[in-house]
Amino acid sequence: MMRKQSWLLKSSLLGLFFLTAYLMPPPDKTPPSDSVIPELRTQCPPGFRKNEHNECVAINLYQQYDSPNNQGVGGLQTAPPPIRDGFSPQQIDLGRYLFFDPVLSVDGKLSCASCHQPEKGFSDGLATSIGHQGKKLKRSAPSLWNVAYLERLFWDGRATTQEEQIQTSLYSKEEMANTPENLLHTLNGIEAYQKMFRAAFPRKDYNDGIALDEIYTAIAAFQSSLVSLNSRYDRYAHGYHEALNQKEIEGLNVFRSFVARCAECHTPPLFTNQQFAVIGSPEPTGVPLDPGAQVPFHDKSLRGAFKVPTLRNIEKTAPYMHSGSFPSLHEAVEFYTKGRGHAVPEDETLYLHWHIWEPNLSGYEIDRLVDFLKTLTDEAFMPQVPKTLPSELISNALNSKDPGT
Amino acid sequence: MKSNIFKIIGALVLLAIGVVLGKFVFKAPKESTTPMPSGLGYRTTGTTGDTLEIHSVSYDGQIIEVRQGGSIQEAVESAHSGDLIRVFPGTYSENVFIDKNNIALQGVVIDGQWPTLDGKKEINDAILYSGDGILVENFKIINYKGNGIMGQAGNNFVIRNNWIIDTGVYGIFPQYGKNGLIEHNVCSKIADAAIYVGMCDNVDVLHNEVFDNVAGIEIENSRHCLVENNYAHNNTGGLLAFVTPGLPIKTAFDIILRNNFVVNNNHENFGAPGSTVAGIPAGTGILIMAADDVIVENNIITGNDNTGITIVDLATGDPKANDPNSEGNPDRVIILDNMMYNNGENPTGEIKAIMLTQMDSKGPDIFAYGGGTGSTIRDKNRYRTFGIDDWGQAPITDTRDVRTYRLPEPVPIKEVTPEELGELTYYGVCAGCHAWGTRLIGPRTNIIQAIHKGNPQGIVDYITNPKNLREDFPEMPPQDYLSEEAKMAVAEYILAMKE
Repeated sequence: MMRKQSWLLKSSLLGLFFLTAYLMPPPDKTPPSDSVIPELRTQCPPGFRKNEHNECVAINLYQQYDSPNNQGVGGLQTAPPPIRDGFSPQQIDLGRYLFFDPVLSVDGKLSCASCHQPEKGFSDGLATSIGHQGKKLKRSAPSLWNVAYLERLFWDGRATTQEEQIQTSLYSKEEMANTPENLLHTLNGIEAYQKMFRAAFPRKDYNDGIALDEIYTAIAAFQSSLVSLNSRYDRYAHGYHEALNQKEIEGLNVFRSFVARCAECHTPPLFTNQQFAVIGSPEPTGVPLDPGAQVPFHDKSLRGAFKVPTLRNIEKTAPYMHSGSFPSLHEAVEFYTKGRGHAVPEDETLYLHWHIWEPNLSGYEIDRLVDFLKTLTDEAFMPQVPKTLPSELISNALNSKDPGT
Repeated sequence: MKSNIFKIIGALVLLAIGVVLGKFVFKAPKESTTPMPSGLGYRTTGTTGDTLEIHSVSYDGQIIEVRQGGSIQEAVESAHSGDLIRVFPGTYSENVFIDKNNIALQGVVIDGQWPTLDGKKEINDAILYSGDGILVENFKIINYKGNGIMGQAGNNFVIRNNWIIDTGVYGIFPQYGKNGLIEHNVCSKIADAAIYVGMCDNVDVLHNEVFDNVAGIEIENSRHCLVENNYAHNNTGGLLAFVTPGLPIKTAFDIILRNNFVVNNNHENFGAPGSTVAGIPAGTGILIMAADDVIVENNIITGNDNTGITIVDLATGDPKANDPNSEGNPDRVIILDNMMYNNGENPTGEIKAIMLTQMDSKGPDIFAYGGGTGSTIRDKNRYRTFGIDDWGQAPITDTRDVRTYRLPEPVPIKEVTPEELGELTYYGVCAGCHAWGTRLIGPRTNIIQAIHKGNPQGIVDYITNPKNLREDFPEMPPQDYLSEEAKMAVAEYILAMKE
């Protein structure tokens, strides 16, 4: 029985090889399109160098600099904190297919990319995301750009690894609503995925089929490849001051001044200091206060606290705040100058962060802050959306314009 | 008689003409006497250990002069590393920001006339810097809304001889800096800390006068700091050593408060609601909150109406902001000899209530409350104290061996080799469009290598000002924002690539 399976496998692999070779386009004429069973890339995505162990090592211009106490926060020329890297090109590429494949959800309708759409800064443009069977969720989808630098995931910081975050979303009844058993059963039933997992995790004895931790690893590998550190702001930071115009530089100075204090929490180079803060931003009308980090940390002083989000590519991720209360950047910025605690419900006592105060920013200064925030946009390393998915299901993402090419 | 009068008048006229001529015609311009600023001095013990070599970082580039009517910021924009910007007396209402390394900003004071940065309560900050090796001296800075002088990162800084009045939240505020000197500044009427060393390392704060502020000098989430010979009076709190929770750099330790005058710090608290210092009771001489290994030595601490020295944990001092990663107890505080009297004459709120339980209507010289272990004191009996009964005998008698906490050498600016810079640039930037052996948006790197073989300048020229040579590729955007070194480094790197 084993022999027969192995023989079948080998011959089908051989067949697939020829098929793939036949379907491969002539080199250098058109971008490689995905064949029936996609070949996983052997090169690292942009921003990564492949080392001799077939690991993709993150490389960026900020590595020219030091970082105070190695915390990855500081000024213009400060190195970011340690990044999660070292995945193989094949794992990253497999993760790319999984990320866009709705087969991961229980009913085959939601992919990771349903809520983390590339063209929307890996968010979804909604105040709060839509989960399983149209369920309206409680929070907005956080951008995934630079997620590999983060120590905590989710708005309330309840996960410390991407793998943990991925499992929560896969198996939450409100999100993708899957179960580990069903997910394994589904993926093991797709021949293309079997082959791709073997390529991405080559040392494994594959008689057991695809393993759960391989799924998580591959998705984490892909998410970790989403690096954005080449914005116009970054060009300024590296010393090319012409990269920003006068108004944007004025905005930078308001941003880092101790009147507005934006940079105290949205600290370069990642534009987050990765701490929790209670800022007292409003919920949409009729929605009760989200207790935020109070719940996972069992700490009343963290009631209404959320992880400080990165501001990179913030232009792309409207609406803003944890429940999308502000449709525009202007409104999101204006929140901070409308009075300390002005939006806190009357029956709530929140321990507002000390940087939330009354900066009395002028309309002009708010406009300049918005100008500056838009200089943080960089999608140069935008990944390609797969043209064909191994599950042969049509991903929502495929209907949108492919920004990768 | 008449002629005598004429003679006297004539002589006076001649004298006056002489004075005028002398003043306006013959006299050498005074500014030529302005000394070069002395950068951070470094004392290195000679090889035998019995000599001391003192050398100073100097700003020996161009000297750029700014006079009344001119713009300091324009001078900064034209300056290069190592340049000295001299600002002459006059009023300058601007926000100066320095995103460059090794720039000196030197005020020139003539006949008591200062170059004055006046924010008119409209401008946020007087001077912001992010570069290493920044020196700011001899400025009068008034009426800003945010800061007088604020650094975000920037090592090896010198901030001296500045006269700072009512500049909003902070007077002098280096953040994320290592190896700095703050000396001979006079700061008043600041709504938070006049001098605030935040998330820094190796900073000396010497010979400053701070008064009429909420907090005089605050060392927060910083390590290896020496606060010496300062005069802190009539603030709400004089000298502070803090751990503030919720910040990314979470520790404060190895702080010496030595030879300071901490006198009559009884100013009403006018800190912004919600700020950490808004909770400091008026009449606080020295406040140590959650910081470890703080040494208080040879200070004159008198007339502070609440307490002379307060030592508290975070749970007591700042109970609102919880941070599981901030260790909230002040451990191993050492109080050596200090001159203390007349403290606690008019205690407030909690201290008053606690002291009443001790049948005492006055606040103590030394007040300790909450957690913390290993704290000691040299002569417990000479002070009126609360909460230090379990403190042991100090393990040291003085800190005379610590002359400075600045480093023996400047913090080096991290050096990358051209090869490393080429690699960072290639993978960090170019790889967005080019890959070896694979067509992405632009041509394959191996094809670029073949085209420009032996000619790195060809690549440099092309990426600076691309000309679209191939119809089957989109036009490349210019990469002129890369430094000349980075462009050449990446050209060499591409030509040397093998895969």
